[in-house]
Amino acid sequence: MIPGVDGFMYPNEVELQWSVLIVLYPYITGLVAGAFILASLERVFNVAAVRPTYRLALLTALAFLLVAPLPLQLHLGHPERSLEMYLTPHTSSAMAMFGFVYLWYLTVVLLLEIWLEYRTEIVGLAQSTRGLKRWIYRALTLGSYDVSPAARRMDEKVGYAVTVIGVPSAFLLHGYVGFIFGSVKANPWWSTPLMPVVFLFSAMVSGIAAVMVLYVVCMKLRKTAIDMRCLDTIARYLFYTFVIDFTLEMLDLIHRTYESDESFRSLDFMVHTRLLFSHVILQIFLGTLVPLFLLAANQLWRYTEGTRKAMYMTAGALTLVGIFAMRWNVVIGGQLFSKSFLGYTSYKMQLASREGLVAAVLLMILPFVIFFVLVKLLPPWQGGKAHEA
Amino acid sequence: MVVRRLFRDSAHLVRPALVLVACMALFLVVRSAIIPKAFGQYGHYRPGALDLVRQHPIAFAGQDTCVMCHDDQATVRAAGKHAHVACEACHGPLAQHADDPAAHVPKLPDVADLCRRCHEKDAAKPRNFPQVATAEHSSGMACNTCHQPHNPHL
Ligand code: HEC
Ligand code: HEC
Ligand code: HEC
Ligand code: HEC
Repeated sequence: MIPGVDGFMYPNEVELQWSVLIVLYPYITGLVAGAFILASLERVFNVAAVRPTYRLALLTALAFLLVAPLPLQLHLGHPERSLEMYLTPHTSSAMAMFGFVYLWYLTVVLLLEIWLEYRTEIVGLAQSTRGLKRWIYRALTLGSYDVSPAARRMDEKVGYAVTVIGVPSAFLLHGYVGFIFGSVKANPWWSTPLMPVVFLFSAMVSGIAAVMVLYVVCMKLRKTAIDMRCLDTIARYLFYTFVIDFTLEMLDLIHRTYESDESFRSLDFMVHTRLLFSHVILQIFLGTLVPLFLLAANQLWRYTEGTRKAMYMTAGALTLVGIFAMRWNVVIGGQLFSKSFLGYTSYKMQLASREGLVAAVLLMILPFVIFFVLVKLLPPWQGGKAHEA
Repeated sequence: MVVRRLFRDSAHLVRPALVLVACMALFLVVRSAIIPKAFGQYGHYRPGALDLVRQHPIAFAGQDTCVMCHDDQATVRAAGKHAHVACEACHGPLAQHADDPAAHVPKLPDVADLCRRCHEKDAAKPRNFPQVATAEHSSGMACNTCHQPHNPHL
């Protein structure tokens, strides 16, 4: 008897290879893609009400994008070798190709869009600050101080184009993560062509929820009034994407149940035992149904501002927990059952090891530290301008 | 006129483009500098790796070599079920011994661990592979009290 194992496991299945860090990875990239898509709402789809969160969303996306590869590198070890992926990429490897999607998204989409958006401020700050800061901003201007209205109109146009390219890029960024899981054909828990789509929509849900929560927290910290029209609009879009996401996940579930292939009994048993808490209670009930109900109630009835804020914040926080649980159930759940369908193992998270809880928590704090620095460097609050649109 | 204005208003956009091009150029320079020569000559790897591998000291002599000196064991083995189990699968790598038998006399394998490694009962093994639950099968006795290692038939 091996502790933690019930029934029959093949020897190489007893211990999980993909740890909590591999749970973090899709979670973090999901937040990036979702935050960016929220930002693009304002720009491409002309949803003016969400303007106050536009910059916040861009900075959130950048902060999380910078951290996204770290869990993988910590998991694999030898981070210096990850460069080889760029130097001698293998064209048949989805992961190697994704390295380029990542770079493309980071440089051509996010950095460029942020630069275009902030040019006026950067030029202003390069002239008004002193010392080291001045040098930073000067470097950021890239040597051009032309912020004439005509030049800014040009920025606006190019920024639009970048966002239009950015939306499919963000889709690709997160669709890929689902693709990697969906294409593991030996694993029935993962192998479904719906996987990239489900990942994509859950990414949008988590990113929108994250920006919504961050916006409210930032405003509270700065003791500034929250733009309720903006918050209502974000909550509405969160609701829409959540409904699609939930429908897709249910479609997947119904399809699996109806298809009932040879893995079904085993997976069904797993969901009712080892994954009961994280899947049924956390992901489906607390992380999906409760926030959906809170958001739907706001579409049907009018509440006072305070109640709405509380409802949105609860829904947002639960959504973030729910999507994390979803990543957990995909990554960890997919390794708990034997490919013989005759047994189950369990995952015991380590505490202070390279792939343990402490590493995961630190990795989750890091994006917020970066976010804080970014906000100091490139203030997303535009005074009156934020609300004029 | 219109074109000139267009150029003036988008002149600043050339800068990020230049930065991008500069980064790409730098990348290409670094890449060509650090990718090993002849990478990809035989496949998606560095041909020099083959030489490195060749430089490793040889650990296994191969059983054709063993048989040259240990004809007895070879004959015994050939008659039994272990005929296709290589000498060094049980004795471990013995190239040094084969080179200079007097200087490197090998230790005999520890039977208590050896047989179990291949014959312990495990549902993941092919059904027709001979396997026993060693604890029950021999009740603690060394396997070679009944079986001969070279020809395991009793
Ligand atoms: C050049 C001839 C030669 C070759 C080749 C050779 N051996 Fe030996 N082997 C000897 C001699 C001679 C002895 C006895 C050494 C002693 O006892 O001093 C010996 C001893 C042994 C012993 C220890 C016997 C004991 O009673 O302790 C084992 C086991 C052994 N050889 C296995 C092998 C294996 C396996 C190979 C093939 C990798 C091999 N030998 C290749 C000559 C050879
Ligand atoms: C199934 C595993 C196994 C294989 C295959 C095997 N041996 Fe052995 N051999 C043993 C064990 C176990 C002993 C020690 C027996 C003991 O301790 O009484 C041994 C002992 C020996 C000895 C010491 C003298 C003796 O007969 O006890 C020599 C020499 C030897 N083996 C050579 C060889 C050669 C040469 C081959 C390949 C033709 C070979 N062995 C294949 C397991 C194996
Ligand atoms: C490197 C793996 C290996 C080791 C170590 C090994 N064997 Fe074997 N054994 C085999 C193989 C392979 C066969 C042949 C299976 C077949 O013919 O299908 C075999 C066959 C046998 C058989 C014959 C079973 C039959 O159906 O007649 C016996 C008995 C046996 N081994 C006993 C032992 C003993 C005792 C030892 C320890 C000295 C040992 N084996 C060590 C691989 C190993
Ligand atoms: C008390 C004597 C004795 C000892 C000790 C012993 N065996 Fe056996 N073994 C036998 C007999 C007798 C058979 C053949 C009858 C049978 O198939 O049960 C056999 C058969 C086997 C077989 C073939 C089983 C099959 O299904 O074809 C293997 C493998 C085997 N033994 C391995 C071992 C191993 C490994 C050890 C050491 C842990 C060991 N034996 C110790 C007596 C012994």
